Amino acid sequence: MSDASFNTATSRTGEAGFGDYFALLKPRVMTLVVFTALVGLLAAPVGVHPVVGFAAILFIAVGGGASGALNMWWDADIDRVMKRTRSRPIPAGTITEDEAFAFGIALAGFAVVMLALATNLVAAALLAFTIFFYVVIYSMWLKRWTPQNIVIGGAAGAFPPMIGWAAATGTVSVESVLMFALIFMWTPPHFWALALFMRSDYEKAGVPMLTVTHGRRVTRRHILIYTILLAALAVGTGFTAVGGPLYVAVALVLNALFLVGALRIWRRDEDMAEADGYAVEKRFFRLSLYYLFLHFGAIALEAALVPYGLGGW
Amino acid sequence: MSFREEHDLHKRRFGRNLGLGLVLAAFVALVFGLTVAKVTTDDFTMQPSSEARD
Repeated sequence: MSDASFNTATSRTGEAGFGDYFALLKPRVMTLVVFTALVGLLAAPVGVHPVVGFAAILFIAVGGGASGALNMWWDADIDRVMKRTRSRPIPAGTITEDEAFAFGIALAGFAVVMLALATNLVAAALLAFTIFFYVVIYSMWLKRWTPQNIVIGGAAGAFPPMIGWAAATGTVSVESVLMFALIFMWTPPHFWALALFMRSDYEKAGVPMLTVTHGRRVTRRHILIYTILLAALAVGTGFTAVGGPLYVAVALVLNALFLVGALRIWRRDEDMAEADGYAVEKRFFRLSLYYLFLHFGAIALEAALVPYGLGGW
Repeated sequence: MSFREEHDLHKRRFGRNLGLGLVLAAFVALVFGLTVAKVTTDDFTMQPSSEARD
């Protein structure tokens, strides 16, 4: 398009700003990726040079962002329908689907190669697998096919601490698998709580969320079951090498609160939820954000205290 | 419409170019930093040259 041809009505199309490309990387998801990967790196028993550590986290974040861009490319049709996602760059018309695809693929390749050069092949292979899992297994396959989409797809979001750990140690170990499992088990109750009060959005888009396919009663029961399993896992992690007294104390409090929240959700029916505007479900969703942040914060703190003879067991 | 007039499109294009320039500059600095970090670690060893191997 030449400069002479544009007019105000069409100028948003095809001329994306820097911020539009940044928005393709799903910055809010990226903060979780950065934080959990950093904790994985810090909790590892092997120290890394700060510059190498910084580079590792950056390339993990770029890889996560690349999978976000590829997800937006594939799910553009869904994003156009859902209220929550309608303002994303592709539905908004600032970036075309082809541009998002090229941007995502290029960044994904760049991130994997750079992580391999900066750290090691194990970390790079895990990052490549994470991107593949999120884009192909979750976005292309599971999301539109099964109500278990976020249960299995949640694995993609659970890999970052494992990659951070691998960047430092070059291996996968029990501790890094436990950190993976913590996010993996946390994802279903987190998203199902969201789906309980955002149902119409998913229904309109034809995404088979559990609330749509099996109803809300079943979803409420599933939230409780996963929360019980998550609580056992989260507290149990406290007695491994990445845990310690501080982590156990944090985990006990948070999991007690989380269990109470899940029990309340389970006990309610739709009339009660509609009456108070899904207050309990929304509170549980907010708590789930703090839940993950504080668990990983406690793991990081335990690792930070080790040099002073305080952290860990 | 005059070409001298600054349109929102030009601002966005400039912002994108500036952003990309800064990202590239940061990447160069990062690669330099990584190189320094890697060659100054204790376990770094130079590959023996072909003459030395002979």
